[in-house]
Amino acid sequence: MTTDPPVLLLREDFDALIGALERRGYAVVGPTVRDGTIVYDEISRSDEMPVGWTDEQDGGHYRLKRRDDAALFGYAVGPQSWKQFLHPSQLRLVKADRDEKGGMAFSDGDDGEPARYAFLGMRSCELHAMTIQDRVFLGSGAADSHYERRRRRIFSIGVSCGVAGGTCFCVSMETGPAVTDRTPHDLALTEVIDGDRHFFLLTAGSDEGREVLAELPVTMASEDDRAAAAERVDRAAASMGRAMSADGVRELLRENFDHPRWEDVAQRCLTCANCTMVCPTCFCTTVEDVTDLTGDHAERWRRWDSCFTMDFTWMPGGGARQSAKSRYRQWLTHKLSTWHDQFDSSGCVGCGRCITWCPVGIDLTEEVAAFRESDPQNPKSPAP
Amino acid sequence: MSSATGERPKLAVWKFASCDGCQLSLLDCEDELLAVAEAIEIANFAEATRRVVDGPYDLSLVEGSITTAHDAERIREVRAQSKYLVTIGACATAGGIQALRNWQDLDEMASVVYASPQYLETLATSTPISHHVPVDFELRGCPVNKRQLVEVVLAFLHRRKPLVSEHSVCVECKLRGNPCVMVAHGTPCLGPVTQAGCGALCPAYNRGCFGCFGPMESPNPAALSERWSAMGVPDRDIMRAYRSFNGYASPFREESDHHEQRSSPNS
Repeated sequence: MTTDPPVLLLREDFDALIGALERRGYAVVGPTVRDGTIVYDEISRSDEMPVGWTDEQDGGHYRLKRRDDAALFGYAVGPQSWKQFLHPSQLRLVKADRDEKGGMAFSDGDDGEPARYAFLGMRSCELHAMTIQDRVFLGSGAADSHYERRRRRIFSIGVSCGVAGGTCFCVSMETGPAVTDRTPHDLALTEVIDGDRHFFLLTAGSDEGREVLAELPVTMASEDDRAAAAERVDRAAASMGRAMSADGVRELLRENFDHPRWEDVAQRCLTCANCTMVCPTCFCTTVEDVTDLTGDHAERWRRWDSCFTMDFTWMPGGGARQSAKSRYRQWLTHKLSTWHDQFDSSGCVGCGRCITWCPVGIDLTEEVAAFRESDPQNPKSPAP
Repeated sequence: MSSATGERPKLAVWKFASCDGCQLSLLDCEDELLAVAEAIEIANFAEATRRVVDGPYDLSLVEGSITTAHDAERIREVRAQSKYLVTIGACATAGGIQALRNWQDLDEMASVVYASPQYLETLATSTPISHHVPVDFELRGCPVNKRQLVEVVLAFLHRRKPLVSEHSVCVECKLRGNPCVMVAHGTPCLGPVTQAGCGALCPAYNRGCFGCFGPMESPNPAALSERWSAMGVPDRDIMRAYRSFNGYASPFREESDHHEQRSSPNS
């Protein structure tokens, strides 16, 4: 795929992009401020976006702060990810009704027409996360029809980051901060504020993206404009709040199953499941059957579950992973190590959500560093 | 299901030391109540009807804690007459707010509160029903959630396991799309150590969780308290947060005791 040359859209014309998407029948979902956080919700105008806001992030800490400009994308990522639209937190799978003869009639529970969403403002890490979930839900010959019918209808607008969050480490995971052809997208943009000038460089990544661009009041971008955009993304790349040496982490965790560090992190872990809920790649669900009082109508629902709950491994006799240690180890080892065996990539995109939204600020980059410190294969670790 | 005599199963609702809020949750099920009444014979429910049908009962819902010798005897009679016994609410499952007496000198309190304490016949402690008789299922909450209450009755009718999750309130916050009040606002919240069931009601209104549903399946209150301390919450307030409706449930009790010791000037 060859990259189209970028074109320039002025800030005052940004609503034309939202309008063009709406005319094509898309419900535009983008960032907006709610309850002191930046969440993803339907928007119809750019002034509903987080104009002039940024986010301060650290382990177990998130605060919105004012910027000294009116940037639309001047923050990193919030508590939510796009998975909530493609892999809903609660989904009815099957309806069952008793018929007159006493038999049961089954019908599709996911029978509504899914919305056609345009996702406005997908970070590179988030595009990578969607690609990972594509492999989970659509790969290996067992496609999830519920994901598939939502996923194929979306229009994606990526945003290269101009700032890095305090818990970001996409550079370590090679998943950002620039939106590139490594992840499919319809449009990619970079925001530039330079003195009085406020504009976006846009590149189409698909035919439909090109069609949308053709409807916008864009001009050719100059060399200087392109350099200004590249400089901002480079600056974000150089200011990552966290780093994690991903080299050999797959083997590191595989070979340290009995490491004392697991006990150490278990002392701090709440087993509350927040990390898995906010992770843009975690996909586990449970299935629950509900009946009404008459017993004539039943429904089967799927909802997000987590390897941190006891029900997740419940069998006659109890949960298989009783201890916090075994549950944290399952999560981190799957995310960074066995995910490779299962889906041919890491399950981590370096977005930092599990660090920020852990109520006690457990930081997987610190945990991995602790394993590496004491790894006998690591020449820098102290002799055993 | 049907009872031994082939009639509708008989439901009895019993009250011990409590505020009646949990059994009122059953009356609050306005949409479902008629269907419940069709499927089940309400044999004993003083808040709803004066009519009392003799036992034995197929399902007994028990509200309240044991605070008197008389009640300790009465719960044995209820158990003997009930095929299934389900306790509902924080009083019945953990001793309730009245279990605060368990940390006090009863005679001293009685002499302060009552003009003639010699007429008072009460136990020194308030304890959950399960300390006195075997319990088939405990439904948490102060008060219980009416959807969960109907679910427990339904599960009993259809002979299946009740869908009552024991994971943290945090999962409900995330399913509902609430931002974390602790991380985003710096509001102390008991959600990570508290069992789900309320639908993350308080965090949805930007309040920290009060722990109404008691300890979750694998609580780590020590780790949460350490964070609260770092946020500037004094030991005395941490002690009080754990010592409320479910304060006598062991993980909360131990954590509150720990912070009481730390906040005591003599320690």
